[in-house]
Amino acid sequence: MDFLSEHQPEMLPGKRQLPPTQGVIEAPHGTTIVAVTFPGGVVLAGDRRATMGNVIAQRDIEKVFPADEYSAVGIAGTAGLAVEMVKLFQLELEHFEKVEGAQLSLEGKANRLSTMIRSNLGMAMQGLAVVPLFAGFDVDRDKGRIFSYDVTGGRSEEHGFAATGSGSIFARGAMKKLYRGDLTEAEATTLVVQALYDAADDDSATGGPDVARRIYPIVTVITEDGFRRLTDDESSEIARSILERRLEQPDGPRAALL
Amino acid sequence: MSTPFYVSPQQAMADRAEYARKGIARGRSLVVLQYADGIVFVGENPSRALHKFSEIYDRIGFAAAGKYNEYENLRIGGVRYADLRGYTYDRDDVTARGLANVYAQTLGTIFSSAGEKPYEVELVVAEVGETPDGDQIYRLPHDGSIVDEHGSVAVGGNAELISNYLDQQHQEGMSLAEGLKLAVQALSRESNGTQREIPAERLEVAVLDRTRPQARKFKRIVGRQLARLLEADGAATEAESSTEDESSDEE
Repeated sequence: MDFLSEHQPEMLPGKRQLPPTQGVIEAPHGTTIVAVTFPGGVVLAGDRRATMGNVIAQRDIEKVFPADEYSAVGIAGTAGLAVEMVKLFQLELEHFEKVEGAQLSLEGKANRLSTMIRSNLGMAMQGLAVVPLFAGFDVDRDKGRIFSYDVTGGRSEEHGFAATGSGSIFARGAMKKLYRGDLTEAEATTLVVQALYDAADDDSATGGPDVARRIYPIVTVITEDGFRRLTDDESSEIARSILERRLEQPDGPRAALL
Repeated sequence: MSTPFYVSPQQAMADRAEYARKGIARGRSLVVLQYADGIVFVGENPSRALHKFSEIYDRIGFAAAGKYNEYENLRIGGVRYADLRGYTYDRDDVTARGLANVYAQTLGTIFSSAGEKPYEVELVVAEVGETPDGDQIYRLPHDGSIVDEHGSVAVGGNAELISNYLDQQHQEGMSLAEGLKLAVQALSRESNGTQREIPAERLEVAVLDRTRPQARKFKRIVGRQLARLLEADGAATEAESSTEDESSDEE
């Protein structure tokens, strides 16, 4: 990154000059990302819809990416900029690892992402914000951790669960009622798909599982064994079992009243 | 004031080459050789911190003999070149051939520039292919030439002796354990014909393993895994060690 800013600064997202514009630029936006920790790891998942105003721009966009062996980023906001940011972030982590011969700490990675979001502030003010969610397995502390961001690059660590994007309010509500501290990996993956279902239920910009086209949420798990993305079969299995239950109970599982 | 002596260009270049060769010969030698599932790097290196081998990109590894600060400089340059290429275009557009060319240019310029002393390094750039036929190994001597190698290559102190031995003994389709043992045998040969013992702690071993599921094929082999491979008797224990490859964690 330092090398790039010295030699080809125009390649960095934050260094671009923007022409003055009137109003908001229309570009595809990604929507809901959720994350949940469980003993031994963390789950990061995202829906598959990108919207441009009231139009669905893409039905099968991928918004969750591995950042390196032990961490992943889920992106909400302007898709084009966010994907580029993730690409640069992946590159930086790998570059650091190769040059130094050791991985960055999870905190270090989270801070680095924070700086990258801040460098995008000018664009964010014009309506092209990027707000990712960062999750990873901290090998030093032996647990999964989640970091959420705001448009200015403000970083905060979330405990238990977190969500970002337009459907995040609904997803967070669902997770708040379903989350427990002793989830297994299988329960955690089910929980994130439940939360995404609830987000899609109430937010028009979030896509639910699309059975006809076989498009299901992307679910990734990071444990001490590293990053793993659930196969299409695995995530469709989870989505279908939830769908089946929702046919009887459209609002999903009920939490105890007291 | 004394007038400088006239030195013929031939003599000047010969002197510089001699200087670089002597520097390289002081370092310990290392070998790079092909085995069935990839390319293995083996060298004697008492230091755990200063590596002779390292990862450049997904399928590309780097090995160097000579002065540490000089080849470290070249290594970082190579990582930058590869990462920038891969980011600008695509990961597939980073090739060992391209990298070897950049190194050759750099070494050649430094070697013939009168202001600088020549680098006392000899590099090997290797790329593992989908099949053994796709493997590429390039040796880059101090003067900026490129030598395309097949099967095995040795650089450093006793390079000539070691590569002669390797040329005789190396076969295609060796297992990792066999390749590793051959490499250690080759490295332990002395110029006076005797053998010396190189303990496992002093070995630095890395592989570019084409069977790895990840995009990044480079992996260091250390500790127990290395000891097991050195003890292994050919094919019987190979299966066991390769399953260990998968489960062992990242460097």
